[in-house]
Amino acid sequence: MVLTGAQIIAEVLLEQGVDTIFGYPGGAVLNIYDTLYFYRDRIRHIMTAHEQGAAHAADGYARATGKTGVVLATSGPGATNIVTGLATAYMDSVPVVAITGNVNTNQIGKDSFQEVFIGGITMSVTKHNSVVRRIEDLAPTLRRAFEIAQEGRKGPVLVDVPKNITAATIEFEPKYAVKPQPKKKEWTNLPEVAELINKSRRPFLYFGGGVRLSEAEHEMEELMKRADMPAAYTIMAAGLLDADDPNNLGLLGMHGCVTANLAASEADVILAVGTRFSDRVALNPKKFGAQARIVHIDIDASEINKNVKVYQSVVGDVKLVLQELLPMLKKVSHPEWQKTIADWRKHDYTPEEDPTRLRPHQVMRDIFAMAGKDAYYVTDVGQHQMWAAQYLDHMAPGHFLTSGGLGTMGYGYGASIGACLGTEKKYPVVHITGDGSFHMNMNEACTAVSYEVPVITVIMNNAVLGMVRQWQTTFYDSRYSSTEPERKTNYVKVAEGFGAKGYHCETPEEFREAFAAALKEKGPVWIECVIDRNERVLPMIPPGGTSEDIMID
Amino acid sequence: MQRIYISALVDNHEGVLARISSLFTQRGFNIETIAASETSIPAITRITISTEGDEEIMNQMMKQTQKLEEVRAVFALEPSSSLMRELLLVKLEADETNRSYLREICEIYRAKIVDLSLDSMIIELTGEPKKLDAFLKVLKPYTIIEMCRSGVTALERGKMSYVLE
Repeated sequence: MVLTGAQIIAEVLLEQGVDTIFGYPGGAVLNIYDTLYFYRDRIRHIMTAHEQGAAHAADGYARATGKTGVVLATSGPGATNIVTGLATAYMDSVPVVAITGNVNTNQIGKDSFQEVFIGGITMSVTKHNSVVRRIEDLAPTLRRAFEIAQEGRKGPVLVDVPKNITAATIEFEPKYAVKPQPKKKEWTNLPEVAELINKSRRPFLYFGGGVRLSEAEHEMEELMKRADMPAAYTIMAAGLLDADDPNNLGLLGMHGCVTANLAASEADVILAVGTRFSDRVALNPKKFGAQARIVHIDIDASEINKNVKVYQSVVGDVKLVLQELLPMLKKVSHPEWQKTIADWRKHDYTPEEDPTRLRPHQVMRDIFAMAGKDAYYVTDVGQHQMWAAQYLDHMAPGHFLTSGGLGTMGYGYGASIGACLGTEKKYPVVHITGDGSFHMNMNEACTAVSYEVPVITVIMNNAVLGMVRQWQTTFYDSRYSSTEPERKTNYVKVAEGFGAKGYHCETPEEFREAFAAALKEKGPVWIECVIDRNERVLPMIPPGGTSEDIMID
Repeated sequence: MQRIYISALVDNHEGVLARISSLFTQRGFNIETIAASETSIPAITRITISTEGDEEIMNQMMKQTQKLEEVRAVFALEPSSSLMRELLLVKLEADETNRSYLREICEIYRAKIVDLSLDSMIIELTGEPKKLDAFLKVLKPYTIIEMCRSGVTALERGKMSYVLE
C-alpha cells in the first residue's frame, strides 16, 4: 500500500508494539500530528507542558515497562528541549526512540525558521541518530532505531525527519518487529572466575543497573547465597535486594553505608556485575578495592578497564553469564568475614528519630509503609534522591526510577507521568522531589491533571538547594552562594492553580494523613514536607576519598 | 606514550567522520592525523587515525569506536606488519641561488619537484611519516612558505586480519 511518511511513522510504531507516545506538536511535525489524529484509537499521544517533560516521560515509561519509550518533538527548540532527556536516558541505558521533525530537505542548512542540526547536537548523547533524507529510508531507519535502542546495552536513538519526507509517499510493506535477544558467547575464563570466588575468604559483590536491565535478580541472589557473598549496590540497582537479606550491605559509594564501603575496601575478591565503576562509587579509582582482585561482568566491552583496572573480565549479558557461572561455584560460607561485617554494621550510621517533626528518613519510611512494595518510586536529584535510595527499603525490581548517571534535576515529574501511564495507573506512583528540583519542571502538573494521572508528589522542602548547600557547608566554609533563594512558593495554592490537590505538612501525623488521602485520589497530589535546612545526607565520602574518609556527622 | 595507528572500516554514510571525531573529542582522545577514503567496497570507508597514547588509551579508543552503529571493524595497526604512507606537499622559497641544492636533497629522498616558479617550488614526497619528518628537518635552513600533510593512511601486509560485521 502507498503511504505518506507520516503514515509510515504511525505504522512502524504499531509494528513495534507502541501504544503510547509523549510529545508536543509544532510546524515541522504537523503532518505527523495530522496522521496521529486518525490513529488516535491505537496510538495514545500524551501532550506534555514542555518537550523535556515528554522526553523524561518516555524514559519513565521505558524504565517502568521495559518497553521502548517514544518521544516526538518538532524541529528547532522542540528538538533541543529533549536533549537533556536523551542525555539522561543515555547515561542510565534506557531504551528510548526520539522522533524529531525538521525543516524541508531543501531548507536544511539555510538557517531556516526553527532549524537546528539535532543530529550533530545529540551525537554524543544517543547510541545512534539518523537524519532521514529520502522517503525510502524512513521505515528501515525507524525499525533499526527500535532495534538499536534495545540491543546490547540499551539506550536512546534519535531519528530526525524533515517535513517534506513526512508528506512524501512510497509503497509500504508491513514487517514484524525484531526483538533483539541477548547473545550467548564463549566465556572461556569463567572457570578461573569461579575458582577465584571459590577460594576467596572475603568475597564482595557490587552490582548496578545492568542486573535489572538483564533481569538477573534471581541469578544474583542465587550467587550471593551459594558463595556466601555480601553485596552492595549502586543507586541504579537500589531496591533490588531485600532489605532483610543478611548479605545485603546496602548502598555503595559516596552516600553509601559504612559497612558496604568498608567491605569494598577490605574484600579480597570483588565481583562487579552490570555496573561501571562510576566516580560516585569508585570515588578514588586507584584505591577502589585496593586489596581485591576485581572481576568485572558487563555487557559493554568499553566499560572494562575504563575507570578501574580489573583482574578478570567477562563481556556479555549479565543473566546469561551468571547462569553459566553459577554451577561452577561451590557452596561455601565465610563465618570470619561475616563476623567482621557484623561488627562493622554496629557502627553504621543511624539517624535520630524525632516524632515531633518531619525528618527525611522517617518520611521515606512512612511513604514506603503506605505505598508498598509494588509502588513506583521516582525521584528528582539532590538530597531527597539519596534519602530515597537509602531508606526506601525493598522496591520491586525496576520500581525505583532515578537519574543516576546524569543527575538531572527536573527528571522526576515527567518520568512519574510516563511510569504511571505505562503501567495503566495500576500501582501508586510516588514522585519524591525537593523544592529545588521541583521548581525546574513542576509545570508538568498540567499534564498530570489533563490526563488524570494520580502521581503523588512529595516535596521535601528545606527552602534551600540542599545538596549543593551541604557541599558548601562541608567544603566551602558555609558560604552559601546562591543556594538560599528565599522563594515564597505556596505549594498548596500552586497545586490548586493547576487543578491538582495540595497539602502542607509539618509533622509526621500530618504527613501520614495527607499521604493516606493522596493514595485515594484519582488525579495528581502535591504534599509539601517542611524539613530543616540543615538536614544532611550521611554518610558521605568526599570526592576522591576512600572508606577511610567516611563522614558520619 | 607511543605512536598509535588505528584503522576503522565504517559505513560510507554522511557524517560518519563527524561521529568518530566527535567521539574522540568528547572522550578527550587526541587525533594527530585522520584520513578517510572509499575502499574497494563502495559501501565501506576506511578511516586511519594516528595519535599518541598508551595501551590503555588505545584500547578505550578502539572499544568506544567499535560501539558506534556505523563502525564495522576497528583494529590497531602494528608498524612492523603494516605499510604506512603519508603525502607531503611543501612550497619553498627557491631561486637560482638554492634551486640545485634543493634538487639534490629531493633526489636523496626521492621527492618530486612538482611545480616551479621564479621564486618558489612545490615538492611532493610520499613515505612513512618518519621519512617526511626527516625530510622536513633537512629543509629547515630553507624558507617554507606553505605546507600540508595528508595524514597517515595504512594497510596491513598479507591477508585481511579483520572480519566485517
